[in-house]
Amino acid sequence: MKDLKNYDTKLLKDLLFKMLLIRRFEEKAAQAYGLKKIGGFLHLYIGEEAVAVGSISNLDMTKDYVAAAYRDHGHALATGLDPNSLMAELYGKITGCSKGKGGSMHFFDYKKHFFGGNGIVGAQIPVATGIGLKIKYNKEDGVVLCYFGDGAIHQGAFHESLNLAKIWNLPVVYICENNHYGMGTDYRRVSAIDDFSIMADSYAMNGKQVNGMNVLEVYEATKEAIEIAKNGTPVLLEAKTYRFKGHSMSDPAKYRTKEELEKYKQKDPIISFKELLKENNIISEEDFLEMDKQCKKIAKDAAKFAEESPEPDLDELYTDIYA
Amino acid sequence: MPIITMREAIRQAMDEEMSRDENVILMGEEVAQYNGAYKVSQGLYDKYGEERVIDTPITESGFAGVGIGAAMAGLRPIVEFMTFNFALQAFDQIVNNAAKMRYMSGGQFKVPIVFRGPNGPAEYLASQHSQATQTFFAHVPGLKVVAPATPYDAKGLLKTAIRDDNPVIFLEGELMYSWEGEVPEEEYTIEFGKADIKREGKDVTIITYSKPLKVVLESAKELEKDGIDVEVLDLRSIRPLDEETILNSVKKTNRCVIVDESWPFVSVASHIGWLISNKTFDYLDAPVELVTNEDVPMPYNHKLELAAQPSVDKIIKAVKKVLYI
Ligand SMILES: Cc1ncc(C[n+]2csc(CCOP(=O)(O)OP(=O)(O)O)c2C)c(N)n1
Repeated sequence: MKDLKNYDTKLLKDLLFKMLLIRRFEEKAAQAYGLKKIGGFLHLYIGEEAVAVGSISNLDMTKDYVAAAYRDHGHALATGLDPNSLMAELYGKITGCSKGKGGSMHFFDYKKHFFGGNGIVGAQIPVATGIGLKIKYNKEDGVVLCYFGDGAIHQGAFHESLNLAKIWNLPVVYICENNHYGMGTDYRRVSAIDDFSIMADSYAMNGKQVNGMNVLEVYEATKEAIEIAKNGTPVLLEAKTYRFKGHSMSDPAKYRTKEELEKYKQKDPIISFKELLKENNIISEEDFLEMDKQCKKIAKDAAKFAEESPEPDLDELYTDIYA
Repeated sequence: MPIITMREAIRQAMDEEMSRDENVILMGEEVAQYNGAYKVSQGLYDKYGEERVIDTPITESGFAGVGIGAAMAGLRPIVEFMTFNFALQAFDQIVNNAAKMRYMSGGQFKVPIVFRGPNGPAEYLASQHSQATQTFFAHVPGLKVVAPATPYDAKGLLKTAIRDDNPVIFLEGELMYSWEGEVPEEEYTIEFGKADIKREGKDVTIITYSKPLKVVLESAKELEKDGIDVEVLDLRSIRPLDEETILNSVKKTNRCVIVDESWPFVSVASHIGWLISNKTFDYLDAPVELVTNEDVPMPYNHKLELAAQPSVDKIIKAVKKVLYI
């Protein structure tokens, strides 16, 4: 990792801000869920913010694309989707990014190149690969970042996609967010290997493991990966991270120890990055508190917007089925 | 008779069959150490150990296929899908291997496997996680498809499914696990292909199965207030289908509404509608009505979600329509 002096301070502050915004947005969402204003599954990204923010901060969303799974709030916010439209989607309102038809697992924004949001484990991986095909076909200067969990990496869809991406030289960076658990299953119980990045070798691609609790490390690794991918060799990154909450709001997460959770909370990507910026005199504690205030306000305003937004009309039941 | 939940009834059926026959194993995501995502397999891992209650990675196509191979070779696997929405990833294995293996091998193989798990509309889960898949499977010769509506039926049918030498798709309504009902302590099984009249009546037959039985019975009660006497027929098994009970009931009431939470187009409901019009045409006093899920993917918004599904209102309307009132 480079010396902090070599970074634009705006970028550094932006990384911190985005991680914080995700955290506060999700805390607000969890609160609304507790009040039954949001229903269904709510898979929080808390603890994993550095992965989406570190990687997506490399993108130019006018040219690049993002595809994620059902734990998609963080990616959507990092991509720059409007927090109001995301919160409204959680509330099922017509002002939501998917008109209230998708909910938490199905955030989409075609114009902003956010291609989901997908509730089926692994299903977004071939889709992302297809976006790569389009970029290549049109000789565009873009890249796709495709996110999935450690649970998804055993799906055939993953292996089929990597092979296709390699034989067709597609500009895709596959990012496995290894938060240690697929629902209640420790990844070591269901995986033949414990360093997923070596799976890249099977497809003659570059693979790399990165510390997903460190936003700059993710940023650098993704930057490098994008470069390689744009030059015709897709890349597999494995970001080692940890989710602080259960799999979803209904999961008490009894399958892991308090000690383990505490250990990772000590590595909180937001707190540790804030400390780093403070040590380097890039921000002060007051700056941080001000930032936090802003993020909380955005989250609160989003909830207000969502609450005040109208429900979809009954007629919406039959719209959007065919183009 | 003890009153137990659907969840417990299904668990009991698996437990009893696992202790009766050591070839019966259970596999799927989170079935063992986590005791099942919906806690259906609670306690089985402790009782039977990791060789018989097996956690798999999230590889539906893979573990469904492994189950099929094991069944062809002599085991009797129960494969749990966390929900049937994800069984679509295993659809190829189920259709192209499980269903056809016996036929295309000229009868050499038996494939005694049960694919079971939650099915049908849930709440606030949007279209990928909230759909009724029965019609997909019922389309395929070589598969048996059952969908119980009560704990009693669930236990008896699942025991039959596990003992059956054919692949059985066993569909459990995702929102039904905590529903309660009487289940005797003594051993019993329920034969496939036997529909059950859940309520006798003379004015109109409502045919249904699985979770909608509840709204159908509520509707029947409401209609009773208007002096309309509804007969409620619960299919229990879709394939094989109890045509005789269906036709006899329609011959008796002369009017029929079919309630099915899957989509209407080329569906279980539309097939039965055809069957009735074909075999009891002369007995019908009105065209058969269907009350199904609306012909749309399930929306997340709760108001729309409820509007998409069969409801007491829609059923009453359909009944009044076939009664011309
Ligand atoms: C094909 C499929 N199978 C099962 C599920 C149910 N399910 C949802 S999330 C999940 C765990 C996935 O874990 P992982 O990929 O590691 O992602 P994480 O939740 O840790 O971000 C499972 C089994 C699903 N959605 N899709």
